[in-house]
Amino acid sequence: MTVQVLIKTNTYFDSVSLMSLSTKANQIEGVEQAIIAMGTEMNKEVIRNVGLMTPEVEAAKTSDLMIIVKSESATALEEVEELLTKKKAPSKGASEITYATIKSAAENIPDANLAVIAVNGMYAAREARKALENDLHVMMFSDNVSVEDEIKLKTLAHEKGLLMMGPDCGTAIIGNVALCFANSVRKGNIGIVGASGTGSQEISVRIHEFGGGITQLIGTGGRDLSEAVGGIMMLDGIKALEADEATKVIVLVSKPPAPSVEEKVLAQIKECTKPVVVWFIGGDEEKVTKAGGHFAKMSKEAALKAVLLAGADESKLNKRPLNIPLVEEVRAKLKPEQKYIRGLFSGGTLCDEAMHIAMEKFDNVYSNIQRDPDYRLKDVKVSQEHTFIDFGDDDFTQGKPHPMIDPSTRMERFMKEAKDPSVGVIVMDFVLGFGAHEDPVGAMLPAIIEAKQLAESEGRHLEIIGYVLGTELDKQNLDDQVNKLLAAGATHASSSQNAGLLAREFVVKGE
Amino acid sequence: MSKINELFNSKLNVINVGIESFKDDLSQQNATVTHLEWAPPGRGNPEIIAALDKLEDPALAEKIEAANKLAVERIVNSQPVLIGFDQAINVVPGMTKKTILHAGPPITWDKMNGPMKGAVTGALVFEGLAKDLEEAAELAASGEITFAPCHEHNCVGSMAGVTSASMYMHIVENKTYGNIAYTNLSEQLSKILRMGANDESVINRLIWMRDTLGPMLKEAMELNPEGIDLRLMLAQALHMGDECHNRNVAGTTLLVQALTPYLIQTSFTVEQQKEVFDFIASSDYFSGPTWMALSKCALDAAHGIENSTIVTTMARNGVEFGIRVSGMPGFTWFTGPAQKVVGPMFAGYKPEDSGLDIGDSAITETYGIGGFAMATAPAIVALVGGTVEDAIGYSTKMKEITTTENPNVTIPMLDFMGIPTGIDIQKVLQTGVLPVINTAIAHKDAGIGMIGAGITYPPMEAFEKAIIALTENL
Repeated sequence: MTVQVLIKTNTYFDSVSLMSLSTKANQIEGVEQAIIAMGTEMNKEVIRNVGLMTPEVEAAKTSDLMIIVKSESATALEEVEELLTKKKAPSKGASEITYATIKSAAENIPDANLAVIAVNGMYAAREARKALENDLHVMMFSDNVSVEDEIKLKTLAHEKGLLMMGPDCGTAIIGNVALCFANSVRKGNIGIVGASGTGSQEISVRIHEFGGGITQLIGTGGRDLSEAVGGIMMLDGIKALEADEATKVIVLVSKPPAPSVEEKVLAQIKECTKPVVVWFIGGDEEKVTKAGGHFAKMSKEAALKAVLLAGADESKLNKRPLNIPLVEEVRAKLKPEQKYIRGLFSGGTLCDEAMHIAMEKFDNVYSNIQRDPDYRLKDVKVSQEHTFIDFGDDDFTQGKPHPMIDPSTRMERFMKEAKDPSVGVIVMDFVLGFGAHEDPVGAMLPAIIEAKQLAESEGRHLEIIGYVLGTELDKQNLDDQVNKLLAAGATHASSSQNAGLLAREFVVKGE
Repeated sequence: MSKINELFNSKLNVINVGIESFKDDLSQQNATVTHLEWAPPGRGNPEIIAALDKLEDPALAEKIEAANKLAVERIVNSQPVLIGFDQAINVVPGMTKKTILHAGPPITWDKMNGPMKGAVTGALVFEGLAKDLEEAAELAASGEITFAPCHEHNCVGSMAGVTSASMYMHIVENKTYGNIAYTNLSEQLSKILRMGANDESVINRLIWMRDTLGPMLKEAMELNPEGIDLRLMLAQALHMGDECHNRNVAGTTLLVQALTPYLIQTSFTVEQQKEVFDFIASSDYFSGPTWMALSKCALDAAHGIENSTIVTTMARNGVEFGIRVSGMPGFTWFTGPAQKVVGPMFAGYKPEDSGLDIGDSAITETYGIGGFAMATAPAIVALVGGTVEDAIGYSTKMKEITTTENPNVTIPMLDFMGIPTGIDIQKVLQTGVLPVINTAIAHKDAGIGMIGAGITYPPMEAFEKAIIALTENL
């Protein structure tokens, strides 16, 4: 153990920096004690008390810097000295000002116009209220917000003339900017108001594929068209799109509304000066037509109607008709006992659409999102006959991320279905765009390959249909995703509608 | 055009709350987006959220806003002037020969920590009430001594805050509202009574302060009938790089400059005067207590305003951290455990040697200086463990929990922003942002003294208790 002393004459460091340096110096390996201090009487006293006084230290003046290191290491003094000259990495300029509350952010950013709220449902309503009170439009991704809170928030927003998208609103596009889960689509002249996230995504993507584009996509949250909420956001959304010069055609997307709300929406359609396409999954054509709306039973149909109303030339569109020869081919490959469809979806509306398409021909269609309690799965973990599962539903998301982000739950279930000899077709969606998994097909690929091999080894053909919801502008490469599916021997469906139709047609027997 | 249609035609400018990846997605699309540093209000405690909601009820919120406006007006408009010095027994209300004032909320002898016990026993010896420390400890435990918080006697006390009858006090008068605040004199740094040291050198220094320094300061200020405008001086000191809690070099220079013409006219010998000047020069801290008294003087004027949620006191006794809120008049303390102070330490000491946060000096942060004015003192950013940028960050962050800016005391580096003023307990609980306090570290044991300096925060419990009580009261 040696004591090394270095006196730097006429070198000033302030006392606080010196304390900080001493602290660091004492952390150097091999250093038993290090003192870095100015040569004041008080400091010399400290040094004397710890028994490190030397004649050099004694001679130091108030304006001298004293470095005293007691250490086993010969280089300790050098290392300590380095601390004095060491510079921090240059900072990146002025620090970013941060705000802790919506109120203070809104007050300090006068141009702020919208708040995205994605906090735990317990706190979400409070934050949304603050946003509205500060004249911000709101996109509320959070769920688990009470209906009472939703009504209060939407009423407040309505009174103030603001958007209150949500709670539980996952998709919107405002001014060509995608919010939360949405796809990159062309700017155009079609406005969408959607109570269902993936439904709205699907319509926007199909419109894009048909060469059309979007003005605004307003999300309402799934409960907006319930009796209690009364469609406040959808009605305001239709009005705003009607008043929007850029919007030529309006598309509404939802599950069928509560009867009283449906009436209000239809009345609004009747008054609307712009054509309105209505896709209420499983909705009533007659009522819509009577109100002057354009009814669509399925998603691609809705998008097609919208682009035609918006001025597209029908003769130039690729409508992507169903591949009938493929249907014949797959039917021939499936054994008679391979009767059932298993739909494993991350998008709720995509699940709903495929299920409704199946229900047109089969009456034994079960799901965790069936409205008819007789056809609700008794146990969501066990499939029966034709089964369609929405993995984004609360049944599967308690304490887990949404399946569009975390594919693990669906992957496990997929392997289970693949082993079931009564299954003919497994149909799945892969959602691209902002918010979604970076490589949803890639994540599922090993399972698909394994399932195919397993079926083959058991002498049966397992038909796997994948639908990739996305555009070529999305950050995940659409072509890559499709090619991965094809390479694994899966069938690629070109739309949500076609995915549902193919799945159904593949398992129809004896037609 | 409706607001919704206005939105369609404007550039999107988003405030993002919660999931941070949404912010990145928005940035990628060239939208302007600000990610909130959000935390669940009231740390997610439903009782606190209910209290916050109650206070936000429009009728009540309006009353609170008006009350808070009045409270911060009184803080901002206060003009504290140093009018003199005198012994505590002569000026401090309720002072007796057997009274010991201490820092922080009320505490009994048996619960006091090491440094405070060290200071109390030292003070009893200094006052001649005990012949040695052992006897002093017995006396302190006997019940014969009246212990009371400085704050309950219009005083503040740095660190242990121990103030006894014959100690000399600053007398600071609020020229706007007439109230007076007191604090004792700096013993300069480090082995001193207020840090818990109490050996002969400490007592001898106190005796010298009582017999020479104090009387000389008293006489000097008697020659200065105008007094010294402390707020003006504080504003200058901040412009010269002090934050006036842990850095006082500019303030001390200014104060001694103002005192000198009078000190040299006193009846004391040149030799004695030199002793005093040497003493002042021995530590930058000399004016530290002065700024505490200024802060106390301004904040007392804002205390007791019905419905106000503004914090008027933050003080620690080494065991508990206590706050007072304007809307709860008198001496209602809301407390939680005193916290550790994190920062650089003198050579030879380790974090485990530290006593917990202690002293009334957090009155400076309550006023808006100290940690709140960190951006004025880039020279001491090492204290907050970082860069000048961090220092600026502390000051801007405190705006999130305060009500206004004090235009009389400004921060050059932030475009002369006024110091963040009027801590609102509602905002603290909504944001989860706690007031930042710059402070010294005393050794946990009696008899040693200061061993470092750093930053600390109050316990959230104190604010939680305050809002519950306030809600019940309204």
